[in-house]
Amino acid sequence: MKNGDPLPGAATFPAGVTEPLLRVRHLSKEFPIRSRGLLRRTVGTVQAVNDLSFDLYPGETVGLVGESGSGKTTAARCIVRALAPSAGEILFRTNGRTVDLARLSDRALQPLRPALQLIFQDPFSSLNPRLTVGQIIGEPLVIHRLARGSELDDRVDDMLLRIGLKPEHRTRYPHAFSGGQRQRIGIARALIMHPSLIVADEAVSALDVSVQAQVLNLLKDLQQEFNLTCLLVAHNLEVVRHVCDRVAVMYAGRIVELAETAALFENPRHPYTRALHSAVPRPDPDQRMNCGLAGDAADPGHLPSGCAFHPRCPECFAPCAQNRPELTDDQPLVRTAGAAPEHLVACHLRDGRDAGLPGGVRG
Amino acid sequence: MSAIQSNLTDSTPTEEDVLLSVEDLCVNFLTEQGALPAVDGVSFAIKRGRTLALVGESGCGKSVTGYAILRLVPRPGRIVRGRIVLSSRRAGVIDLTGLREDDGRLYQLRGGLVSMIFQEPMTALSPVHTVGGQISEALRLHRGMTAAEARPAGVDLLRKVGLAAPERRFDHYPHELSGGMRQRAIIAMALASNPELLIADEPTTALDVTTQAQILGLIKSLQRDLGCAVLLITHDFGVVAQMADDVAVMYLGRVVERGRVRDVLRHPRHPYTQGLLRSLPGANAGGRLAAIPGAVPSLTAVPGGCGFHPRCPQAQAGRCDRGGAPVLRLLAPDHAAACVRAEELDACQARERGLP
Repeated sequence: MKNGDPLPGAATFPAGVTEPLLRVRHLSKEFPIRSRGLLRRTVGTVQAVNDLSFDLYPGETVGLVGESGSGKTTAARCIVRALAPSAGEILFRTNGRTVDLARLSDRALQPLRPALQLIFQDPFSSLNPRLTVGQIIGEPLVIHRLARGSELDDRVDDMLLRIGLKPEHRTRYPHAFSGGQRQRIGIARALIMHPSLIVADEAVSALDVSVQAQVLNLLKDLQQEFNLTCLLVAHNLEVVRHVCDRVAVMYAGRIVELAETAALFENPRHPYTRALHSAVPRPDPDQRMNCGLAGDAADPGHLPSGCAFHPRCPECFAPCAQNRPELTDDQPLVRTAGAAPEHLVACHLRDGRDAGLPGGVRG
Repeated sequence: MSAIQSNLTDSTPTEEDVLLSVEDLCVNFLTEQGALPAVDGVSFAIKRGRTLALVGESGCGKSVTGYAILRLVPRPGRIVRGRIVLSSRRAGVIDLTGLREDDGRLYQLRGGLVSMIFQEPMTALSPVHTVGGQISEALRLHRGMTAAEARPAGVDLLRKVGLAAPERRFDHYPHELSGGMRQRAIIAMALASNPELLIADEPTTALDVTTQAQILGLIKSLQRDLGCAVLLITHDFGVVAQMADDVAVMYLGRVVERGRVRDVLRHPRHPYTQGLLRSLPGANAGGRLAAIPGAVPSLTAVPGGCGFHPRCPQAQAGRCDRGGAPVLRLLAPDHAAACVRAEELDACQARERGLP
């Protein structure tokens, strides 16, 4: 696989923008399962992320959703190289050239780190309790030797104002702030480097509803102001629906559906997406949630054959247990290139129930 | 105080229906900064077979209220005022607040007449005992079974909560089960004593959305079969809408709105409830969320007057920031709110709705 060769999964969205900021190709991450005892021999592997391919265009927000164990956090961490991927390419465009983050050494990555920033889930454990807020927000600038002295102070003050805190908060410690304020501080620490890509890993999951809305609004404002590209990892579908331009649904380490947000929510094509969607309890007593999906999420150490979702799938039919469906456009014949955003789905139902069966008996 | 009580009797037509009544409950946490009122004059009633949801943000006192019913308020918390009365069919009327710490009825109560499901299924189960052993313990203690009788009964319970291969699971340790299976095992344990009241404290917060749907469906069907009442503690209005008959919205240790779920969600009367419902993502996709400004104040600095007034878009100087906290007032049948401006705001909103 050559650098950046076009792939069936390379979306043509949004119109007018030619080059993606980030192209992920066949990204995989395995974790070894080690034996107990002194030798700790590798006795197996967990395939946490499996052959992931998608594009991120400048200025857009893409959501990565799925249940716990679906590999969404692992994928996000590989992309910012908080973890080293086992295979695949992460092609990142910076200063007019394209680099493969997956192949760079830690030393070579160092100058690129400011452009790739992470916002963490837990606002309590992600801030050092022994540093003041000013030190926390300014630390990236100090480490990368980008500012010092009064310039450093000015930039920290400016950032504090942007996130809705005051310059005098600089000398306080994290414990003096509420959860929402701490999450704002985490956002400030990420944004002070003027990154081009932000990976937000469940950034609002730990917050109360009223505060969550504030932080989501703040993220949206800052994204427009800084023209940020965001990869939002989340399990809350409503949050994703609100914030993201496109959404990728993951199951057992693979993307099973990828589409524009409106298309994904109004016309979900994969049975798993539909199940996720209908399981959300809505704040309306007349809109009953569906408790239909049985079983537990697939164990990434022992994946089922064929489509990993088939043992839980209410629409499972003959080919599902045998062949793994590829992630391709749901209407490749109808759609001409670039005419409309793609709606990718990995499900045998796309070809119709009859396609997989010799003789074509409907299930 | 008298206003609250008259409301209570209004919403509970027959005294016989009421399984648990909580009146003017106050729980203080004695800290270095003084006595913090975690629960401050909470009153509600749960009818037999019904589900009441206590909903609010973190720190509003909803969990402490749940613990107070079991007399399990953690130190340095203390129940300083109020009455909690359980009208049990099996054990008669028990005034829970009046029981001494060594009273035998407390043991009959905890995990017996009243069971609790906790948020984190891993910490609620003992890691060094098998799932079956823990269920059998409840059966032996509360149903007087022998070890030999408890095993088939326990397997039966595990089957009832939908665990596959219950005979095998009975001998498994908690770490061998997934999060959803653990929560099912905890529900089996909670139901072992045939409780009259089940307290579920954020029972699905740690679970994925599909597992959450399974567990909520399970609690609902078991409740129908066993006829127990449920006190559901949650922060999620979605869970409230799907599970509860009645709801009490809490803020800073007080109930600010109480009523039937449909009435409260469709026609919220307190600005806090209105703000919470409006700030849910999904209400208006893509646009800005209508966040409630500010943050929940610390219990060391509860604002005077209505505790919500510094964050309230409808607050009026001189009315909302003076005096004591507003009392719950009945505004419609079975629907009460603690807002001094409730009537005028409602009229104002009705006018707005009427306009084209």
